[in-house]
Amino acid sequence: MAANLFYFLIFPGLLFAGITGAFLSWFDRKITARVQFRKGPPLLQPFYDFFKLLLVKETILPKKGSPVLFLLAPVFSVFGATMAGVFILLPLFNIASGFRGDLIVIFYLLTIPSFSYIMGALASGNPLAAVGGSREMKLILSYELTFLLVIAGIIMKAGQQFDLYSIIGTQQQGGAFIGSISGILLFIAALFCIQAKLALVPFDMPEAEAEITEGIYIEYSGAAYAMIKLAKHIMLFILPAFLAALLLGGFRTEGINILWSILKIVGTVLLLTLLRNTNPRIKIRQAMSFFLIWMNLIAIAAIVLIVFGY
Amino acid sequence: MGFKSYCFKKSLWVFHFGGASCNNCDIEILDCLTPRHDLERFGILLVGSIRHADVLLVNGSINLHDRERLLEIYRQAPKPLLVVAIGACGCTGGLFTESITFAGPVDKIIPVDAYIPGCPPKPEAIIAGIVKLVNKN
Repeated sequence: MAANLFYFLIFPGLLFAGITGAFLSWFDRKITARVQFRKGPPLLQPFYDFFKLLLVKETILPKKGSPVLFLLAPVFSVFGATMAGVFILLPLFNIASGFRGDLIVIFYLLTIPSFSYIMGALASGNPLAAVGGSREMKLILSYELTFLLVIAGIIMKAGQQFDLYSIIGTQQQGGAFIGSISGILLFIAALFCIQAKLALVPFDMPEAEAEITEGIYIEYSGAAYAMIKLAKHIMLFILPAFLAALLLGGFRTEGINILWSILKIVGTVLLLTLLRNTNPRIKIRQAMSFFLIWMNLIAIAAIVLIVFGY
Repeated sequence: MGFKSYCFKKSLWVFHFGGASCNNCDIEILDCLTPRHDLERFGILLVGSIRHADVLLVNGSINLHDRERLLEIYRQAPKPLLVVAIGACGCTGGLFTESITFAGPVDKIIPVDAYIPGCPPKPEAIIAGIVKLVNKN
């Protein structure tokens, strides 16, 4: 029990994932600034933002709408992100979490933040938040199938193994999955799914700040918005970590290999940031056809290639 | 200086309210966020929703219609909130003081923490005003 609480609250869970995610979010903002020839924020900027929102600002409840659900939604999102983070990071740090089929559990837990954002947005009673919530729903509908196909491809590639620990083990013995044609195709599809899950720019219609002024987060202020920021930071860390576990061969923590592990995460975040900075926001219809047709096609092509052994 | 006020100073999120402005001040405010002046290195971000704002920038002359909207925006903002009046119109009314639709300079409607005069103020002046505002608290 104490070990589980430690896992959840401190080491791979809330504290560790939150702090690492905050530094990654600084990295994301700094790279964005450098791409635009700006100087960018200081290193501790995400912490200043978080503590300002948590400690200084007032939390305003919506007059029309459901205050309880409005306040519970950020807590749910942090819970879902942390829970998924624990299940992803324990096998990555070589601690056997020990049950078959945790990939499916991770897949469901990773959708909890998006769902709770939708709940919070619809509970706020704001029309722009409702627009954002409906866009987020359509986005979930479009990327989830692709994400599931990617996971199915990984399971087939690992020889019908359903748990992350043995998938990482297989890769560390026989080479990372990305070193094959099907692995590269799966990596492309998974990268776009992560981009949509994080709601970064080509797929940021739910929170389009120029169009519907932060959309789903429009009514959040103070501590509730700090919780949302925390959930977003955790997601920014655990989704690249998940990608590293599925396709890039996981982490090794001994000696110089730790640098290589950090490079995998930072490189993935760098790719996401560059994608975000070189693309405009597309319409929700375009995003749906992008995922439902092209990305699914790529994922299915990868699965077919896996069947034939490439 | 406490931890809370230090965090607050380091991360000011700005909401921009343009009254009946001639758009010059708006252009200069946007100029502060461009690569040349880059206010993000001080942690200053332009936000779209008043619920996330720490600083309310008001520019332009406030007429009778704007007055109600400005009050509404001010009431909806989470406190603590700093208000900055930008430009001659925001500070005093400028050219429009005698107009029949003029509803008074910003500080007659809501409490103002800093004034940045000029028609329009240069981005350097806006940055200097914000630095003074930050050091005051």
